[in-house]
Amino acid sequence: MNGKTHTPLIHVSKRDALPWQKAWLIRGGSIVAALIVCALITTMLTGENPLQVYGSMLSGAFGTGRRIWQLLRNIAILLTISLAVTPAFKMRFWNIGAEGQVMAGALACTVTMLYLGDKLPNAVLILIMLIASVAAGALWAFIPAFFKAKWNTNETLFTLMMNYIATQLIAFFIVWKYPNGTGTMGIVNQDTRAGWLPRIGGNEFLLIILVSAVITAVMYVYLGYTKHGYELSVVGESERTARYVGIKVGKVVLRTLILSGAVCGVVGFLLVAGVHHSISTNIAGGQGFTAVMVSWLAHFNPIMMVFSSFLLCFLGQGADQISTDLGLDHAFGDILTGVILFFIIGSEFFINYKLNFRPKEERKGRAGNV
Amino acid sequence: MFDLSSIAVFIPRAVVQGIPLLYGATGEILTEKSGNLNLGIPGIMYVGAISGVIGAQFYEQSAGGNLSAFPAIMIPLLFSLIGSALMGLLYCFLTVTLRANQNVTGLALTTFGVGFGNFFGASLVKLTGSETASISLGATSSFFCAKLPFADKLGWFGQIFLSYGFLAYLAIIIALVAAFILKRTRLGLHLRAVGENPATADAAGINVVKYKYGATVIGSMIAGLGGLYYVLDYINGVWSNNGFGDRGWLAIALVIFAVWRPNIGIFASILFGGLYIFSSYNNTGMDLAANELYKMLPYVVTIIVLIIVSARKKKENQPPESLGLPYFREER
Repeated sequence: MNGKTHTPLIHVSKRDALPWQKAWLIRGGSIVAALIVCALITTMLTGENPLQVYGSMLSGAFGTGRRIWQLLRNIAILLTISLAVTPAFKMRFWNIGAEGQVMAGALACTVTMLYLGDKLPNAVLILIMLIASVAAGALWAFIPAFFKAKWNTNETLFTLMMNYIATQLIAFFIVWKYPNGTGTMGIVNQDTRAGWLPRIGGNEFLLIILVSAVITAVMYVYLGYTKHGYELSVVGESERTARYVGIKVGKVVLRTLILSGAVCGVVGFLLVAGVHHSISTNIAGGQGFTAVMVSWLAHFNPIMMVFSSFLLCFLGQGADQISTDLGLDHAFGDILTGVILFFIIGSEFFINYKLNFRPKEERKGRAGNV
Repeated sequence: MFDLSSIAVFIPRAVVQGIPLLYGATGEILTEKSGNLNLGIPGIMYVGAISGVIGAQFYEQSAGGNLSAFPAIMIPLLFSLIGSALMGLLYCFLTVTLRANQNVTGLALTTFGVGFGNFFGASLVKLTGSETASISLGATSSFFCAKLPFADKLGWFGQIFLSYGFLAYLAIIIALVAAFILKRTRLGLHLRAVGENPATADAAGINVVKYKYGATVIGSMIAGLGGLYYVLDYINGVWSNNGFGDRGWLAIALVIFAVWRPNIGIFASILFGGLYIFSSYNNTGMDLAANELYKMLPYVVTIIVLIIVSARKKKENQPPESLGLPYFREER
């Protein structure tokens, strides 16, 4: 491809593991660069002072006590979905169907809440709702996993399609249940509050945050310190090695995906029973997709995911505030989030690879720059 | 319902629904043939649409009511192509040059693209200081919708085959050309080799990076035209946020349904278009709930095709072997 003895100007080689401080320095740098670009874009479009833009962003996330709690709850939800998809990703099973798995769980939860609402004591009802959600989420992940294990069916495309089937099922349910409605559903059991999750100490967000903290800890142990966790990382590294050492790959795929879907089901349960007390086709709100990025940015490490989900939630909420303050359409937040994601995604390259410049031209001063 | 005149009504409606999907699918097929699973297609289609709208808005404002056909078509077309090409370049830069994960990059591209489209869709009028309340490009759109003058005189034949704007025919031509290139030319053979096994292609002296960039950027441009068709022909130049809906994902579904062949994609897109509107066509006010289930059909059908293809293991129907995988020469 190149000439016979031609050395390329830049030669790329894989780095050994970079010390984590340096890795985070690069990431931090990329976020700063992204924020500068975002401020430039905002200033260009609106003529506002960039510092004021950052002010809006901070106040959007931390401005009031309620906003902080909301931020924490959003982090908790996003984090839990990210944790759910992580075991599958570690296995290199690209489950981008978390959206659908959450929706399936939410739908099962709503149905049980609606139909068993007055017939059971609240504790039993909530337990049944939880079981139904977990089962539905697990089923939604099991279907693509089954075909992956049996015929190696492409899981990315399969799980993607399952999302829209779940969306339509919810749409169907709402219209079927309320044929004269506008396609939206009111609050379920508003009078009796049957099936609503209790508030801990009067705080509506705390329970969800605690649940996600527990799931984070459990997932950390599961992935790092159990036989299951080990098996699935072997399958992810090399399927042939896994077969050779006697791991039943199909079984691991099914088991992991059922777990993945079950945790998504829990999120669906939390969203319905703990947050909205209702359901809409938008209940997962794209977080199933965001979770893919959260998990990948954290290199599939549950503890790091706390930070990456914080980052994305903060950006989302902050960008939303910018749009409100400056009177822009709310889609502006998506543009900013997109720009920042591009920078972070790009920065991973400089963590994993090293640029070696052609030595003859003594211009090595630039090599260290990013 | 099944007499000739109602078929003559139904088919054109299915076709106009199918055309954006066909553009998206053809673009994505080319992209996937190079081994790139570009999940940014929905975002790219939004960008293609809004870039065209921006071009049209500028032209309509500067021309002040006296539009002539050639620039009214070429300016939006060019803007749209440039916008979606830039998105494709960004995707390639991140996944090929910087070796980022394709799924993550694609999803970020979709977040960005949909946001970009909706943002400018909602605020373009405000930013350009136009007098109208919302984007309404009826004048430009009339050029895009222009039919053959004698189409109306040919009865059902004219209705089924000749009642579309030029972008619809272009979609079919592009799909046929893409099918021909992929199947019958050396260029296509090389491209497929890159998608199946980049290491082997590399060893054979094929420039993997060049092919991946080329296929993905051209694929993005084609997909972007789907957005342009939607906004300037299908909905007559009236933008509404999220109006494009989930058509981008449906286009990705169509790629599977067409088993990675653009020529099958032509018929499949019309079928998908038919399935997409079947729910509203069947709407007699009785069973709105069932309509929601009909909307599920394209996705269910796609899954069934995906399963059958993987179960039969026919070599020529499989997804490209290295689809979604990064290629780094020194990691072999």
